[in-house]
Amino acid sequence: MADLSTNFVGIKSPNPFWLASAPPTDKEYNVRRAFEAGWGGVVWKTLGLDPHVVNVNGPRYGVIYGADRRVLGINNIELITDRPLETNLSEIKAVKRDYPDRAMVVSLMVPCEEWAWKEILPKVEETGADGIELNFGCPHGMSERGMGAAVGQVPEYIEMVTRWCKANTRMPVLVKLTPNITDVRYPARAAHAGGADGVSLINTISSITSVNLDTMSPEPSIDGKGSHGGYCGAAVKPIALNMVAEIARDAEMQGFPISGIGGITTWRDAAEFLSLGAGSVQVCTAAMVYGFGIIKELNAGLSEWMDEKGYTSIEEVTGRAVPNVTDWQYLNLNYVTKARIDQDACIKCGRCYAACEDTSHQAIAMKPGRVFEVVDEECVACNLCVDVCPVEDCITMEELQPGMMDLRTGKVVEADYANWTTHPNNPSAKAAE
Amino acid sequence: MTTTPRTSGVQAGRLPPEALAENFQDLHAPLDHHEATVAADRCYFCYDAPCITACPTAIDIPLFIRQIQSGQPDGAAKTIFEQNILGGMCARVCPTETLCEEACVREAAEGKPVEIGRLQRFATDGLMSSGVHPFARADATGKRVAVVGAGPAGLACAHRLAMHGHDVVIFDGRAKPGGLNEYGIASYKSVDDFAQSEVEWLMQIGGITLRSGEGLGAELSLSGLRPEFDAVFLGIGLSGVNALRADGEDRENVSDAVEFIEGLRQTGDLSSLPVGRSVVVIGGGMTAVDAAVQSKLLGADEVTIAYRRGRENMSASRYEQDLATSKGVRLMFNVQPVAVYGNGAVREIEFEYTENTGSGLTGTGETFKLAADQVFKAIGQTLEGAPEGMTLDGNKIAITGAGRTSLAGVWAGGDCAAGGDDLTVTAVAEGRDAAMDIHASLMG
Repeated sequence: MADLSTNFVGIKSPNPFWLASAPPTDKEYNVRRAFEAGWGGVVWKTLGLDPHVVNVNGPRYGVIYGADRRVLGINNIELITDRPLETNLSEIKAVKRDYPDRAMVVSLMVPCEEWAWKEILPKVEETGADGIELNFGCPHGMSERGMGAAVGQVPEYIEMVTRWCKANTRMPVLVKLTPNITDVRYPARAAHAGGADGVSLINTISSITSVNLDTMSPEPSIDGKGSHGGYCGAAVKPIALNMVAEIARDAEMQGFPISGIGGITTWRDAAEFLSLGAGSVQVCTAAMVYGFGIIKELNAGLSEWMDEKGYTSIEEVTGRAVPNVTDWQYLNLNYVTKARIDQDACIKCGRCYAACEDTSHQAIAMKPGRVFEVVDEECVACNLCVDVCPVEDCITMEELQPGMMDLRTGKVVEADYANWTTHPNNPSAKAAE
Repeated sequence: MTTTPRTSGVQAGRLPPEALAENFQDLHAPLDHHEATVAADRCYFCYDAPCITACPTAIDIPLFIRQIQSGQPDGAAKTIFEQNILGGMCARVCPTETLCEEACVREAAEGKPVEIGRLQRFATDGLMSSGVHPFARADATGKRVAVVGAGPAGLACAHRLAMHGHDVVIFDGRAKPGGLNEYGIASYKSVDDFAQSEVEWLMQIGGITLRSGEGLGAELSLSGLRPEFDAVFLGIGLSGVNALRADGEDRENVSDAVEFIEGLRQTGDLSSLPVGRSVVVIGGGMTAVDAAVQSKLLGADEVTIAYRRGRENMSASRYEQDLATSKGVRLMFNVQPVAVYGNGAVREIEFEYTENTGSGLTGTGETFKLAADQVFKAIGQTLEGAPEGMTLDGNKIAITGAGRTSLAGVWAGGDCAAGGDDLTVTAVAEGRDAAMDIHASLMG
């Protein structure tokens, strides 16, 4: 049976699943319930200096639904903890004392001045916490006060604050990155340069989830007005995976530990983050939607999959897919596939036909009796039919073997790898030597 | 001594009033908003959707479901009514299991189609209960059309003609409009006087005059109508009932299922309706099922549907068959009645087993008897009173194109016209299409 335990930047955890810094980790009561349910660790909801902040007294969350009101994404306008610092510190200490085997990381956000960090770090250290996470990501509210994403968007500030923290505590320092930037590698490199032990990403994405068309107020609406919030949940996973991979494959940051965050809902999502370079993962929205009980599926699913694949430890999974993330220009242009429709599995909904005929390449023929067939002469292998088909594995992409004719181009498929850098249509192509 | 299901003979009040009220509630409770949203989310919005093809009125089903999904059920209702102005009744009585829902790709995928019928009811009930009529009448054309028969075909035809600005007079021999919607459908499929509210709602289009109590062959004649109107549409249904051709079928308590069903629909007091202890219904269609199930719901102790062919030939769908058995009705196949016995009133009925020999259905010679103190005949209806000089196709009015009869200026549709299934929804389609053809021919 696979060993799910992790030692991430020196922080030990019985499994790679931590609850991210967010409402589920705001209080002792919740965190105890999480640990009882089996979570490997938590990042305690962000602490700040007293006087503590206040939250709005109306709705804090907006939502995006899929079919059957399945929550795909949530945004929030909640700030950091709105309880006194001392209350949080004493609760952190009590919980850590009772659950010494679980990871207890404390998220922090104080003004961008060294005295503030010098003041709070010893207090956190005194609780026995395993590490700290610098919240440079929060996109709403705190950023208006020069904290959160306002710091995370300026690499120089990240480096500076990280350096202060490393100088003033023995605890491992994680820097939580905001996705509200153009290239995540810059803030990550700044954290790396400042001596951070690792990065966590992504924090939430600036967003407006919806507008109430009766009141013309963005949601969540506070007395008729709305403010942009931080978007999270399954909908943000693709953005997060890309950012994690960008850091994992950056030459300057080889082996820099990453705690992956962003829409992890099932074990499979977690495995994907791990494969793209994460050494631990953090979950929030899925727990907020379904409760702490999902940890059983996350642990069991990851363990089962690892056994199936013969992986014995999390480290063996971390980064496995990174070598396969490349730039577009290096993709093999001699790899040719065609869509294939399994007529026995087809339920004849015709969505592949509508998608291909209306919006793509007219490569699916609709024949009498609602029989849908791929026209190889037109199929560019775009995969849209596969994506819109409601039946899994009904449409698949079949690779044409070398020597076979691609009826669309009239060319025989070549066995050799060839990419854009050497393609004759590329003005800056280098002749293959 | 009180009357119970086991009391002999044909008796009223076999069940207490509360049980009767419960038994005759809406067969399918309407979907509430939440249920409708969940159900609508299952639609795949198929290309050239098979459900549309399967609907005789070709309602754009994926569109109306998407309108429910996106929070505009009234818009969904309008989509339905554009194709089928009796979409409210069809949502209740259509055998969706053999039409749209059978064609639904999720039937193929999971054996569980999108609940199209119930979603249609959700949309149409909403708009109709708000009293809104979503169509406006075009400028008056000055043309006058007589519609004979206020059943589904006639009502659909009249509405479409009125919408195009023609003046329509609907004649119907019965006291109330609606045809089989009012008189011929099981009570639990159309509760709360829905057929009448639907007619009133439909008439809001304007330009339609209803003249009840004037039937063809009685108060009216086609030759009288033709000179008075620019066109005539016949939606007169099938008012005759086939005979059993079994000895003794004239005994007391042997009657037509359609009359029994009509009595149930028109009564104000279910406990006043008599029903037998042992009821036998002869036939294999929806009428047989409606009569049998309602006999059981009224408190009959034993109810049997006896059908002369096999289950696969039964015109009532498997869903309807299962509904009957779930209510405690017994289904017998390959049995035909040969004689009805009794001293005045029926006491038992003798059947002969049948087999299909390849050259047709024949009796095997083996017989048996069933106790029966009430027998309902549900072996089909026939056209009665077809106007003279009109070409027939089999026993129905012959039509070409969109309901044109052999007489100039006379159209026909619904059950009385040849072709098409004898379904409410088919009648609506035929009435609507005839109206468009009448409109085209009147406006040149």
